[in-house]
Amino acid sequence: MDTLIQQVVSGLATGGIYGSLALALVMIYQATEVVNYAQGQMAVFSTYLAWSMLNAGLPYWVAFAATLAIAFVGGLLLERILIRPVENAPVLTIVIVCIGLLVILNSVSGWIYSYIQKPFPSPFSSRPIQVGNIYFGAHDLGALGVTLVLLAALYAFFRFTTLGLAMRAAAQNPVSSRLCGIRVGWMLAVGWGLAAMVGAVGGMMVAPVVFLDPNMMSGILIYAFASATLGGFTSPGGAVLGGLIVGVIENLVGTYVSFIGTELKLTVALALILIVLLVRPSGLFGRATVHRV
Amino acid sequence: MPRTWTWGLAAIALVIALVLPLSLSNFHLFQFSQVYIYAIALLGLNILTGYNGQISLGHGAFYAIGAYTTAIMIDQWSVPYGWTIPVAGVLCLVVGFLFGIPALRLEGLYLALATFALALAVPQILKYFEHWTGGSQGIVLGKPNPPWGLPINPDQWLYFLTLGILVVLLVLAANLLRGRTGRAVVAIRDNAIAAQSMGVNTALYKSLTFGVSAAYTGVAGALSAVTVAYVAPDSFDVFLSITFLVGIVIGGLASISGAIFGALFIQFVPNLAQDISKAAPWAIYGVFLIVFMYAMPRGIVGTVRLALARRLRRRAEPAAAPAGSPR
Repeated sequence: MDTLIQQVVSGLATGGIYGSLALALVMIYQATEVVNYAQGQMAVFSTYLAWSMLNAGLPYWVAFAATLAIAFVGGLLLERILIRPVENAPVLTIVIVCIGLLVILNSVSGWIYSYIQKPFPSPFSSRPIQVGNIYFGAHDLGALGVTLVLLAALYAFFRFTTLGLAMRAAAQNPVSSRLCGIRVGWMLAVGWGLAAMVGAVGGMMVAPVVFLDPNMMSGILIYAFASATLGGFTSPGGAVLGGLIVGVIENLVGTYVSFIGTELKLTVALALILIVLLVRPSGLFGRATVHRV
Repeated sequence: MPRTWTWGLAAIALVIALVLPLSLSNFHLFQFSQVYIYAIALLGLNILTGYNGQISLGHGAFYAIGAYTTAIMIDQWSVPYGWTIPVAGVLCLVVGFLFGIPALRLEGLYLALATFALALAVPQILKYFEHWTGGSQGIVLGKPNPPWGLPINPDQWLYFLTLGILVVLLVLAANLLRGRTGRAVVAIRDNAIAAQSMGVNTALYKSLTFGVSAAYTGVAGALSAVTVAYVAPDSFDVFLSITFLVGIVIGGLASISGAIFGALFIQFVPNLAQDISKAAPWAIYGVFLIVFMYAMPRGIVGTVRLALARRLRRRAEPAAAPAGSPR
């Protein structure tokens, strides 16, 4: 029983990270109907920037905030510079541009920081927290807390601010929004900025667990896909919840189903994606898309 | 493009391809064999994505199935390699058809995700069945000798073999897509409901297209196993599938010749990038990709078609003007 609870909690912690990356994917998908394959790589790059700042001696939370600011501006600029010229091109063209961005970021971070794994500090104490007989990793709980705070902040932003309202409008009906005076192009750019920020938080939370290297996020991106699929690509809250569920399933299956272990972990993600797509393609919380004929 | 032009250009390309072995080293011949193999795979993917509108990010999986079918048949049962290639094609046809059935329910992003997941899982599954696949060590095969006592070396033989199979498959695809079947396949892409109301069995056509596409890619995989003489799970990672997608978009969607241009790009541009910068070759490659997409958002063939159409229109306009004038 103790093992079970422990595994569930650590599953929730990694699930929170999958959830934050899934949230970043969903935010861009909702606004532009494009899945940003470079999302994970953008997060890795932000995490490297945080690592540089920490190495230069900045306190953790200062570096954290600075990284978020840089990630926001970076995401905004990427949309303006890279994606905007192909805005009206076929979807596959945009996908290829995203793939180009992915290989560039991967290669550049490997070039600057080398492919050797680097330890990344956690802001939370390394001493486990004891509740009864069960030990929880402080980083697990902290990461989960950070994810939830982030989610609450985003919810508040989209629900209670004018900018958030404008962004939702731009995503839902670009033409009408433009007629109301909303700068739709800039709303998309802000969406990219926010998504880059959310991804950066995920990167900084996962780096202490898996160590920092240029390919750190590729496996996590897959789980983020699975999470977004499970929660529904049209539902931000669903994506985070999907992430938590995927994290817990991954941990429990790895612990209790012996033949899967760590070798077939990605296959579990595949099976999950396929099952969800076959049973309920729009995910648990997504809207089914209705086509106009 | 007028049809006589198309035939003329194809004939010139074929003559060049037949003369190439006289002047190239074995290594360069190997690279060109690889181009032809990629072209077959891209042709398969283009039938599915370009003509039928179903996006696949998982064709590396069918390439892997083809390659491993050949490798296992040669390694375990010592079947002559020539027989393994059609077997790989048929097996992939069946697997692709079966995968196409659940994929019927998915489109766009969701299909891309499902196939992406397939591509991801393949290396792990290959490693899991170690007994057959040799685990992460892979399987080493011998390079086949040219048959019938032909006076050429193995690399030249493989070059002509891949070229021959490519030409046959190109002609097959062109015929398939030109007639009734091709119109049905394209109609499903453009408007599935209209196609269905015209009497096209969309479900059957879509799964069949998936099967044919997988079969092409499977044959390419089988040829790659024979040519490289080695298969290992890690060479069939998700990046291979992405490379295929890059190839068809760069070459031009829904075009037969686009497969060849795309194959040239994915074979030679990474080397070119390596020559420019040893430190970060993939960054250069990424820059190439993005610049290419800005310059030619519809791929090489799409851009050429557009330019030709513009020229024809411009030539037609002055000719038409005097006829319409009162004098």
